[in-house]
Amino acid sequence: MQSLVTSLRLAAITMFVCVGGYTTFVLAFAQGLTPDTANGSMVARPDGTIVGSRLLAQAFTQPRYFWPRPSAVGYHAAGAGGSNKSPTSADLTERAKATIATHAASPERPLPADLAAASGSGLDPHITEAAAVWQVERVATARGLSTQAVADLVQRHAFAPGGFFTAGRLINVLELNLALDRP
Amino acid sequence: MHAILLFLLVVGGTAALSWPLGQYLRWAMDPVSLSGPAGQFDRWFRAFGGRLAHGQQDWRQYCTALLACNVVMFAICFCILSLQPWLPLNPDGRGEIEGSLVFNTAASFTSNTNLQHYSGEVSMSHGSQLGALMWLQFVSAATGIAALTAMARGLAGRAAMGNFFVDLQRATFLVLLPMALLLACLLVLGGLPMTLQGAAQATTLEGLAQTIARGPVAAFVAIKQLGTNGGGFFGPNSTHPFENPGFSTNVGSTMAIVVIPMASVWMFGRIIGRTRHATVLFVVMMALLLAKLWPAMVCEAAPTAAFADLPIAADVGNLEGKELRFGAAAGPLWAVLTTCTSNGSVNCMHDSLNPLTGLMPMAGMWLNATFGGVGVGLINMFVYIVLAVFIAGMMVGRTPEYLGRRVEVREVKLAVLAMFAHALFILGGTAVFAGTPWGQGTLNNTGAHGFSEILYEFTSASANNGSGFEGLGDNTVPWNVATGLVMLLARYLPILLPLAIAGSLATKRATPPSPGTLGVDTVTFGVMLTATILFLGALTFFPAAALGPVAEHLQFVK
Repeated sequence: MQSLVTSLRLAAITMFVCVGGYTTFVLAFAQGLTPDTANGSMVARPDGTIVGSRLLAQAFTQPRYFWPRPSAVGYHAAGAGGSNKSPTSADLTERAKATIATHAASPERPLPADLAAASGSGLDPHITEAAAVWQVERVATARGLSTQAVADLVQRHAFAPGGFFTAGRLINVLELNLALDRP
Repeated sequence: MHAILLFLLVVGGTAALSWPLGQYLRWAMDPVSLSGPAGQFDRWFRAFGGRLAHGQQDWRQYCTALLACNVVMFAICFCILSLQPWLPLNPDGRGEIEGSLVFNTAASFTSNTNLQHYSGEVSMSHGSQLGALMWLQFVSAATGIAALTAMARGLAGRAAMGNFFVDLQRATFLVLLPMALLLACLLVLGGLPMTLQGAAQATTLEGLAQTIARGPVAAFVAIKQLGTNGGGFFGPNSTHPFENPGFSTNVGSTMAIVVIPMASVWMFGRIIGRTRHATVLFVVMMALLLAKLWPAMVCEAAPTAAFADLPIAADVGNLEGKELRFGAAAGPLWAVLTTCTSNGSVNCMHDSLNPLTGLMPMAGMWLNATFGGVGVGLINMFVYIVLAVFIAGMMVGRTPEYLGRRVEVREVKLAVLAMFAHALFILGGTAVFAGTPWGQGTLNNTGAHGFSEILYEFTSASANNGSGFEGLGDNTVPWNVATGLVMLLARYLPILLPLAIAGSLATKRATPPSPGTLGVDTVTFGVMLTATILFLGALTFFPAAALGPVAEHLQFVK
């Protein structure tokens, strides 16, 4: 019985310090130093309406935009998740066939793998450089731009996430599409 | 090449960090002298704790205090979750949580498991996440560190094992809190959200509405990673860009998984006064880690089998369930580290790992002593040590001993019981759920992989891990109750039984080493221990592995 009372005392003190104190400190640090990312890296239009988060994928289906990786949750940013299908699952083959049809891929022009595989969160904001290059022609045609101009824009947005430690470069789809929309 | 570099950075870097941290842990948890700051902290902690925090406890009193404290932790968490709609910090208006889910979640976070049958951004208010779950991520981890410290004191021959109420505060305030503060600030700089605001409403470029859940993520993720907790703020855990926005946050989070479990080995060595023995244990654990990491990285470099005959480029590994920004090898690396330790956070979806890759996380949880959970990993290893010296003693026909004390019938019985419990929870639970609609009706995949989903769930619950083959529809009353009970039993039995063994050993007279003694700081001991772990693990779990991941792999080899 005495042990339970002592435990309650410890619960009170640990909760005061680890929940109250710790959270307040990290909150003050974040909001003071990096308010932009601390509130979710939101991207806003000049009039203040929020377009989305730089860190999160959003749905793109129009040919004039670059398309992100498939999402098992329909890019639902308040209920994220992956497909959780085994890579040997027949469901996965069926889904990939639909994706291939959407992208009009063919054996002569196979789809880059990241455009066929759903991400873990369903919100992966990136595609590989190869996946962006693969879509350049469609975007350029839909916008009446030269493929060279769009390809150049892709190159300007490509970055290596881990520098020396990762192979290949990635593109943030939302940022690339925002750049396309900029006059 | 990139995979090897990443491995060296993460595992090598963490191993290097673990040495000084081990020194610090010794100072914080079991100070040699109480002059200076260590003594000042000690006086404060005894004052906070009151009368029972003064004086020493034997192993029985220590266990009683540990259990009492954990009962209180469970009760507080249970109340907060049950009362969620009426409590503050609920900007998105989260409603009531179903009763069996409250039980499962309270059991899960009290037992340091963090198995989640809910999705954080759907079910939990900021108040519940911080006040109930994050709080338990501190104090449940501290319970593990305290238990290890007590066991080490017992093995050092001290009949008094310390004072749990003081040890819990030492682990919380001197170990976890400063490390979490540091990591949280680094994660903030890496771009994690840290806000008490509710969800943001966005209108996408194509004019669709997108609701963006956010919250005090950075504070939560830091202690989630450090305390081998693993319960994410969001459903998909550290695959979510808000929990893990980039390559650097991923490296930091991966290192945080294993740094305290590694340092615990050095702390143990220092308390028992045998650094060389700790080195042997560290090498054994590192060898077991590599034995799982290498196959996982190789298997995961194979492309998704479901895409084999389709017009999809096959120049990269399996990307289903993975995020691109961490790099190709980051998924299997994290998957193995998070299951060798009892962390259970994920940065890729384990359900979507290639079949044989998916076997490695399961193997990690079956053995559950490759660095293991904070504190408790080494406690599990101690059970294997008792069995190893027993088997070695039988082989040469001498009374087995450990650290100069005889290991006799009572100790071996308790160790076997601890081993047996883990196997029974996993295999028994899997058998029941695989044979009834309780499990069969909740699968996301069919055939061998469906069996793997059930096997993984019970493995994760019994290993207090918390990761899952998340396709499983596990938020049902049978799953919530069964895994809740398994988590609690599998948490406290493997802490109490080894403490009882240590307490029993501490009362025996130390015998000087003889030529027939198996020296615990020798290569022979390391080999003997490794063999014991592998043989016991393989004999217990290979049949289940053959029915699940191995069968699935064989179905698809060409």
